[in-house]
Amino acid sequence: MKKLKQLPLLFGLGLQTWAGSAAADVATALHNMFTLPADTSAINTKAVAMFFGFVMVSLGITFWAAKRTKSTSDFYTAGGKIGGFQNGLAICGDWCSSAALMGVAALIYSTGFDGLIYSVVPFGAWPLMMFLLADRLRNLGKYTLADIVSVRMARVPSRTLVSGASLAFVIGYLIVQMVGAGTLISNLFGLNYEMAQVIIGVLIVVYVAFGGMIATTYVQLIKAVLLLSGATFIVFLVLQKFGFSLNGLYQAAIDNSPLKVGVMQPGVLLPDPVNAISCGVMLILGGAAMPHVLMRFFTVPDAKEARRSVAWAASLIGYFYLLTFFIGYGAIAFVMKNPEFLDAKGVIIGGANMAAIHLAKAMGGDLLLGFISAVAFATIVAVVAGLTIAGASAISHDIYANMFRHGQATDAEVMKVSRIAALSLGVLGIVLGIAFKGQNIAYLIVLPFTISSTVFFPVLFLSMYWRRLTTTGMVTGGWLGLASAIVMLVVGPTIWKDIMGHPEALFPYKYPALFSISISFVTMIVVSLLDKSERAKAELASFDDQFVRSQTGLGAEGAVQH
Amino acid sequence: MEELYRRIDADPEFHALSRRRSRLSWALTAVVAFSFYSWIFVIAFKPAWFAQALGPETVLTVGVAAGIGVIVLAVTLTGVYIWQANQYFDAQNRKIVAHAQNEPQT
Repeated sequence: MKKLKQLPLLFGLGLQTWAGSAAADVATALHNMFTLPADTSAINTKAVAMFFGFVMVSLGITFWAAKRTKSTSDFYTAGGKIGGFQNGLAICGDWCSSAALMGVAALIYSTGFDGLIYSVVPFGAWPLMMFLLADRLRNLGKYTLADIVSVRMARVPSRTLVSGASLAFVIGYLIVQMVGAGTLISNLFGLNYEMAQVIIGVLIVVYVAFGGMIATTYVQLIKAVLLLSGATFIVFLVLQKFGFSLNGLYQAAIDNSPLKVGVMQPGVLLPDPVNAISCGVMLILGGAAMPHVLMRFFTVPDAKEARRSVAWAASLIGYFYLLTFFIGYGAIAFVMKNPEFLDAKGVIIGGANMAAIHLAKAMGGDLLLGFISAVAFATIVAVVAGLTIAGASAISHDIYANMFRHGQATDAEVMKVSRIAALSLGVLGIVLGIAFKGQNIAYLIVLPFTISSTVFFPVLFLSMYWRRLTTTGMVTGGWLGLASAIVMLVVGPTIWKDIMGHPEALFPYKYPALFSISISFVTMIVVSLLDKSERAKAELASFDDQFVRSQTGLGAEGAVQH
Repeated sequence: MEELYRRIDADPEFHALSRRRSRLSWALTAVVAFSFYSWIFVIAFKPAWFAQALGPETVLTVGVAAGIGVIVLAVTLTGVYIWQANQYFDAQNRKIVAHAQNEPQT
């Protein structure tokens, strides 16, 4: 029986909730979706009201955007008319999920210095993206990552790989966000877990299906402004308590923390260098190649605006990570010893993830608490909207328009499929969010980054930089890398040992990225070098044209509108 | 368009520009990669270096300051690349494209 229950989990579906007492569970879930919890006194009305304000503004924008979304180009890339600064803010919105705020603060709160690793390392993706990818991506791309690859590679096999991996990426990331939203809504708003799924599911379908990329961009932008200003305000209040002396803040953290002076020093989070390096490589290469972020490069008119977007995004995200330093240490200083936020045993209420939220209350009372709660939830909504439009583009543009209709579909048909895809992803998000309620989803957090670093980064990098890459090499390496990553994750410590309960993991490392990326790169290179087919020769020959286009932007989408 | 690509590809100026651009990209990538990996490797192998206080008057440690420094350096170098690209590469690029477009058909 135990084995049977584990089987669906192996495929990442986690539908076991539905298998057993399905009917009763569905009834409870449906009931919880639309009703308030029994204890209505726990509802945080300020937070709910402020979130409602965000919803109203975003729906107004969607209404405005819907009238401007007439063609597929409007839908996928806002017609390529977004400015660099706006796009930079929107990228910042896509990048900073609520994990970046609450998760990093939680890690600093519980481990001190080691938590900083998670705000420094992921940032490495930004310079890399700028120096190696941004210009070329903008000059080669149209709507999706697969467009870049198929400039030179055979259409069907390359799109199958990239769009398939994109969907796996989107769905894995989506589940993490939906489960996070459910937990957040019960902790912060005092509402039912299932209600979060419905609110997010409905909102993103409305944003994406009607407002397309224009609405999604402005939702991200507003969320980024709210998140940055909320975090700035908390840090301002924290520093004010110490007369703006950094030393005062750190001294207070040292005094409060059980780690004492160790809170400022490297600890034991990285006992294993292989895991540490693998995790670092995964965060940096994976972060540099995420489809929902890179897609944003196509919403600006040219390479220059793409660079401006990255400049703004990198500065804002860097600034945000610096704020998380202070929020984490601020939480140690003001939450750790404050009985208001501790239970009878002296443990932080709601877990370390609530550290940033409690800090908001300690600094600015109920009003700031409500604001930060609303921002945290809006953050999830915006990230899910960005993922949904990336997923809907992969389905409608890559799979439907290019693979099934071979580029013969009309604009209206593709738009219709995009909207159906957005609706399906919304429904899927709700179903998966409820199916995964209360489960250990640690492996799902690693999955999207592993896919991104194992498939997207090698594919994009080699197709733009290495003349000899052929379709056969790319596709073989991509699929093999993806398969090896999933196998290593399944037999690794998180799933095999922690979730399935085997005594020892078959693969010792929590982060397989270092190995799967190597498999991907080596296979792509070796198979390409062995590929002597006619198609391979044509692909080699077309590298020069692609190279000129990637460097000059000549023939790039949106750049030649005389 | 293909004809135009060929003509640009035949222009030595174009290849000189590509080389300069790629030299800058890779040099900056190397600096950033070095700074991030040094930071991680010190944490993994020489944590004691990062555990020291920055000075006698402060409790700020070398590790925390270096972490902030790594982020600031990455943002600055991103700025350097963009400044070079806007200042120099774009203008050169326009010149090369205009030259190829105005060349008489062969």
